[in-house]
Amino acid sequence: METEYLLRLADDALILSHRLAQWASRAPQIEEDIALTNIGLDLLGQARALFTRAGEWEDAGRDEDDFAYLRQERDFRCCLLVEQPDRDDFAIAMVRQLLFSAYQLPLLQELSRSTDSEVAGIAAKGVKEVRYHLEHAAGWTIRLGDGTDESHRRSQAAVDALWPYTGELFESDDVTRAVAARGFGVDPATVRAEWDRMVDTVLAEATLDRPAGEPRTGTGRRGVHSEQLGYLLAEMQYLHRLHPGAVW
Amino acid sequence: MTAATVPDTGLRNRAWAAVAAVTDPEIPVLTIADLGILRDVAITGAGDADAQAVHVVITPTYSGCPAMDTIAADVNHALHAAGFPRVDVRLVHSPAWTTDWMTEEGRRKLADFGIAPPSHHAPTGPVALTLGRRTAALVRCPQCGAPGREQNRFGSTACKALYICTSCAEPFDHFKAI
Repeated sequence: METEYLLRLADDALILSHRLAQWASRAPQIEEDIALTNIGLDLLGQARALFTRAGEWEDAGRDEDDFAYLRQERDFRCCLLVEQPDRDDFAIAMVRQLLFSAYQLPLLQELSRSTDSEVAGIAAKGVKEVRYHLEHAAGWTIRLGDGTDESHRRSQAAVDALWPYTGELFESDDVTRAVAARGFGVDPATVRAEWDRMVDTVLAEATLDRPAGEPRTGTGRRGVHSEQLGYLLAEMQYLHRLHPGAVW
Repeated sequence: MTAATVPDTGLRNRAWAAVAAVTDPEIPVLTIADLGILRDVAITGAGDADAQAVHVVITPTYSGCPAMDTIAADVNHALHAAGFPRVDVRLVHSPAWTTDWMTEEGRRKLADFGIAPPSHHAPTGPVALTLGRRTAALVRCPQCGAPGREQNRFGSTACKALYICTSCAEPFDHFKAI
């Protein structure tokens, strides 16, 4: 149960870090190139620590590389939001980061009180990093939404396209309820109100409309993903599968 | 504590001194002791040359800090050179590192190196979600002392932000308080 829970957190961070890494040399300006890859590096570091801890709980000899490079698509437990491709659209990257960081921050704040001191420490460090991610994404969402007609149109389109994937973030199931009951993990439903407050504040400031209706439920936590994850994994795992055990 | 793990204080001090002198590969003027990422050095099996081992605990600055592997390797080399063949370096995340653990000596060395050191208080409380209400802490140019303006919160490494001096116009790095 603990391993399953930690893999969800780790897979979210790993897959989003890969999406951000794909911006290297393609961002609208050099400062943004550095910012996106720095945010990706933070998330990659969180994923590595969480994979290592998941492996210790599982106690079957799997390490971070086994989890990242040698699992199949159906074994991944990330939410669908982090898989969504950027289509070279900076508005998608920033809105996705806003929606995810506003979820990750209150989640990690709660998780920093985990009964597992190593998990608590990983979360507490993550809080320091995600504060910067959220502030960065909020600032850009406001500049784009309340910017030109074109930037407004594209950021509203990004909000509309990504919104359906946000419902999954807050879904509880047997795994989250069990780890929350033990004080090991956090039931994501409990951070929904704080996410709503932060996202609504930014959207209002950005003159962007919050889409009406409830977002649909997701399937990522049980390993059923959107088409895009397969392509992402093919690229990410290629080198390790070609040269098993390769190290830098 | 069993007799086997009672540390020989002189031995432990010698091991600590060797480890504490290891420098950060990205900011070579700072030692890992200055940075506050060296958390513990312990000796087990003291007195038995075959069993004696040094156990070092370090903690990362940022989750993704790429320097940690190099630092662990450098700690190994430093202890081997100091006559400790058996070394175990462990990375521990709890409690989470904060710039508050950076020594005064470390802050002075950073400024001399041309990097504005972190302020003494890591930001807490709500994250600024609007553009108008952001109040960045005053960061001074390490060259001329005038206030700097933040150019990019994400800099050349995860721990630094890029600033520009409002007076002498020099770009400089600021070690972010976290």
